[in-house]
Amino acid sequence: MIEIRLVHRLGAFVLDAQLQLPGGGISAIFGISGAGKSTLLRCIAGLEHAAEGRVAIGGQLWQDSRRGVFLPVHARGVGYVFQDPCLFEHLDVAHNLDFGLQRTAPAARRIARERVVQMLEIGPLLQRAPRNLSGGERQRVAIGRALMASPALLLLDEPLAALDQAARAAILPFLGRVQAELTLPLLYVSHDLEEASRLAGTLSLLEGGRVVATGPLGEMLVRLDLPLARREDAAVMLEATVSAHDPQHHLSLLACRAGTLHVAGTDLPPGARVRVRVPARDVSVSLAEPSGTSILNHLPATIRAIADGEGPAHAIVQLDAAGDILLCRITKRSCTTLGLAPGMPVWAQVKSVALASHR
Amino acid sequence: MPALTPDDWSALRLTLALAGLVTVLLVLLGTPLAWWLARGSSWVHAAVGSLVTMPLVLPPTVLGFYLLVAMGPGGPVGRLTQALGLGLLPFHFSGLVVASVIYSLPFVVQPIRNGFLAIGTRPLEAAACLRAGPLDAFLSVALPLARPALLGAAVLGFAHTLGEFGVVLMIGGSIPGSTRVLSLQIYDHVEALEYKQAHWLAGLLLVFSFAAVLVLQRLDTQRPPQRRQA
Repeated sequence: MIEIRLVHRLGAFVLDAQLQLPGGGISAIFGISGAGKSTLLRCIAGLEHAAEGRVAIGGQLWQDSRRGVFLPVHARGVGYVFQDPCLFEHLDVAHNLDFGLQRTAPAARRIARERVVQMLEIGPLLQRAPRNLSGGERQRVAIGRALMASPALLLLDEPLAALDQAARAAILPFLGRVQAELTLPLLYVSHDLEEASRLAGTLSLLEGGRVVATGPLGEMLVRLDLPLARREDAAVMLEATVSAHDPQHHLSLLACRAGTLHVAGTDLPPGARVRVRVPARDVSVSLAEPSGTSILNHLPATIRAIADGEGPAHAIVQLDAAGDILLCRITKRSCTTLGLAPGMPVWAQVKSVALASHR
Repeated sequence: MPALTPDDWSALRLTLALAGLVTVLLVLLGTPLAWWLARGSSWVHAAVGSLVTMPLVLPPTVLGFYLLVAMGPGGPVGRLTQALGLGLLPFHFSGLVVASVIYSLPFVVQPIRNGFLAIGTRPLEAAACLRAGPLDAFLSVALPLARPALLGAAVLGFAHTLGEFGVVLMIGGSIPGSTRVLSLQIYDHVEALEYKQAHWLAGLLLVFSFAAVLVLQRLDTQRPPQRRQA
């Protein structure tokens, strides 16, 4: 269990955040620029000394202003991956990795070097100097370096922000591996909703220095009382299983509670558990089962609720498809024309489904 | 007539010993001072920073005069050294060392301070998150990263001590074998119209100074590109 309550003043900005997060898995903190994401992480790490608050990670108390407890950063055992990998330029990759390991008491070492090297595929880089690494490689080494100090909590502050699209896509699976293979909790901060929801189990929304809401990712994304579902890039994440492949058309069939989804062919074996992302703008509704359409994915669903979208023209329709909740962004005009109302049975047409991660 | 007289050799040896010892002291003293200056922005930092920079703008004779008074029999430093049984520093090699350290301090502290500033706080934060305490982070991250700046500062401090004139004249009094350094020896040669001797020594300093500046330039190009701060 991670318990965080922090009040910190930075000029006119006030961070006043309260968070309770599970002691394992990836918790994402989403917020726009200036919401206080980095400040929150810096306070958790102890890089900023929050005047008031309490930080307890698992059984360890890092900070409690009421009892006058403030562990300095180096005594916390906190892993921090910055946006800029910030490798030590005077050391090669191997020595960068060993930096934290050497400073961790042998009894406290929980993560073997070989495991980290293997998991992040940095074996071929060990003798290289940081300046000879690509952006993605640097960030992988930075993640490995943080892990080698066997932290009780790994903080990731927009670790992909400085990378290009291809490098970003390449890093995320590594983080998925870290989460799957190690029992350590990860706190992932991002201003990119898609990135934040790719791997996270828990999502927190930070606005103006305050945590507006926290909850399981699936529930958070579809809540109509939060701005997440109303955003232009709103999307839901569905848990699914690869059920079959259609080699002739290069498609894979995924089974989720809502039904079967077709996605562009993957090489994952049947039975593999995947997380797919269904953007709200790629879902439309029709009153009858669609026919004569190029869209492959139609799912029967029931309207749960309707809310205003971000702009004046759009509405967000929340659909229940046999337990999977979908979001659908349509114009208010369509909403009126079709006479949509909560409780109505409809068909959801899903134009695009993207594989977000797999286990 | 030989190229260098025994007195010239003695002045050369003395100068090298002085510059070497002063450089070691400057780096030992200047590094923590530069670190402290680079890490703070309070008025105390500003005041100390200005004080350290003073020798840069003060005429050497003014600085030498005050040091002479302070280290003399009636001065606070003089009374202290006498109480400690060290005697008086002026007109001794030890007095030259103390005066040279103070005089050359800005030439060492400034580049090291700039070196530390260029590193920024991020590598130190990263080190702290990897369980390195403040002293550990300073020794294992800040110092190695600032190595070009430290080397440059040492070269500059050495070269500057080698060439000083006013302060050593005020404090040392140009006593052969004890406080008569190269620059004073050159002056004496010129006074005595021994231009040939003066040429040898002046040429020596000229060549050395050029070499020192060359080393500094090379160090500057070797410095790793400054890391971006997010």
